[in-house]
Amino acid sequence: MVAQRLALGLLTLFVVSLIIFLGVELLPGDLAEAILGQSATPETVAAFRRELGLDLPPHTRYIEWLGGMVQGDFGVSLANNREISELIGVRFKNTLFLAAIAAIISVPLAVTLGVLAALYRNSLFDRAINIVTLSSISFPEFFVAYILILVLSINANIFPSISNVSSDIGFWEHVYRVMLPALTLTLVVVAHMMRMTRAAIINLLASPYIEMAMLKGISRSRIITHHALPNALAPIINVIVINLAYLVVGVVIVEVVFVYPGLGQLFVDSVIKRDIPVVQASCLIFAATYILLNLTADVLSILSNPRLMHPK
Amino acid sequence: MGNIRKHLKSAPPTAIFGLVVIAVYVFVAFFAPVLTPYGESEIVGAEYEPWGEGFVLGTDNLGRDMLTRLIYGARNTVGIAFATTCLAFLIGGAFGLLATAMGGWVDQILGRIVDVLMAIPTLIFALLILTILGTAIPVLIIVIAVLDSTRVFRLARAVSMNIVVLDFVEAARLRGEGTGWIILREVLPNSMPPLVAEFGLRFCFVFLFISSLSFLGLGLQPPTADWGSMVRDNATLITYGDITPLLPAGAIALLTVAVNFVVDWFLHKTSGLRDEH
Repeated sequence: MVAQRLALGLLTLFVVSLIIFLGVELLPGDLAEAILGQSATPETVAAFRRELGLDLPPHTRYIEWLGGMVQGDFGVSLANNREISELIGVRFKNTLFLAAIAAIISVPLAVTLGVLAALYRNSLFDRAINIVTLSSISFPEFFVAYILILVLSINANIFPSISNVSSDIGFWEHVYRVMLPALTLTLVVVAHMMRMTRAAIINLLASPYIEMAMLKGISRSRIITHHALPNALAPIINVIVINLAYLVVGVVIVEVVFVYPGLGQLFVDSVIKRDIPVVQASCLIFAATYILLNLTADVLSILSNPRLMHPK
Repeated sequence: MGNIRKHLKSAPPTAIFGLVVIAVYVFVAFFAPVLTPYGESEIVGAEYEPWGEGFVLGTDNLGRDMLTRLIYGARNTVGIAFATTCLAFLIGGAFGLLATAMGGWVDQILGRIVDVLMAIPTLIFALLILTILGTAIPVLIIVIAVLDSTRVFRLARAVSMNIVVLDFVEAARLRGEGTGWIILREVLPNSMPPLVAEFGLRFCFVFLFISSLSFLGLGLQPPTADWGSMVRDNATLITYGDITPLLPAGAIALLTVAVNFVVDWFLHKTSGLRDEH
């Protein structure tokens, strides 16, 4: 079961890399013409094509490209001729750092709120949380980001509105500077995780063994923490990992708002400049992270449910 | 008519609020040229004029009237999001119903294609394709509609799978009706409620998605008035504590909240659920 899922994940990764590679082949003309523009002579285009290796057949180029990617050689940026691996290395670390901080804040918060909402179901607290989460799902990320900037940065002056980080600042300074983007991401993902936690627990509360525990006279909070929560863990873990995958992708917009030097910002910049090798590389990294995290979610939910381990 | 009024009377306040907001947006979108004091991309004053006489909400980074652009934005952003959602439903719904009606290898192949498309995060995929194809409005609509149709496909297939096994479909088959008839006359009408609710949710998603792309500078291109790019162009005002750039963002948020409230109510009604005990 697990092996099958892993194989499927690897196959998906392969197909995705194929799509990313072949997509660029769809360009009217090719990369060399796109870069040199209309005015270039056929000779220059041919020479440039040779330099980029575009005269080789597509499958050879694909294998070389993928081989390079796996070994961390992403090629050279068209915009400034720098090694892409050099550009991406630090930025990807920054992106993961931001996503990690957001996860550390949002996961415990979402689970606690979800459990409380299930515990006080249909109370005023539950309804208020329901409306707030429904709304926060509906807000565009940049709206949340700018509201936070306005309130916490401009009016209260607690956090900087631009997350300017460099390698020489310390760990806590780094945490302080990414606080606003991390809070934005938290607000965006907490709603979904919280609703799933609440639903999973309420679903379980209807089962006979919970009724049994209730008839024995155990308190509601003890039933939820000791009887319901352990069995609800599988779906909760699943939704948490899926939201982590979302975090890694969702950073793109937040990074642009806060001018945070992460991979998402580089990605958007390269799309605007049509710097295709960088777009391909960042696209592959984002897609791979996303697929791997989703794969983890699937594997964890199989492992946490013994019934799925032994298919009939 | 009386039936509708009865339903509305029993609706919770959130749903009423949602319906009113949606009605206002539709009205504003239709009558934009009548309601606006200036032209859509007409430069009428200095840059970043404050709120007040002449310009109710001030002017933007190029000296265009903020209120005018906000109203035209309703037309452009909402209109394009609506068109995209319709296209996504046409594609996803048609293939989803086709997959159920045909079954066998058609179903298998469509299913696998959708699996792969869904494995790639939509934003990342869209950015890749827009780099290659450019950001003209038709391209934008088709790309987002195709990416989004995967979700519609899944739902349409799941819902209709439960319907094709019912007796009346079998009866139609035995009558010798073609695949087209079975899809359109037997399966489709019976799978409407979940699809309608999904339409609302997909619209929200597409709407937020297009706004995000515009915010990144990769969606609707200037001088078209659009809420996402309006936020981006005027964002510097926020550092002076001016809330003007938040208005278009708030307009986006308000509409999605409204649609979500209505969908919530609709789902509650059609599922026949009463309040949990």
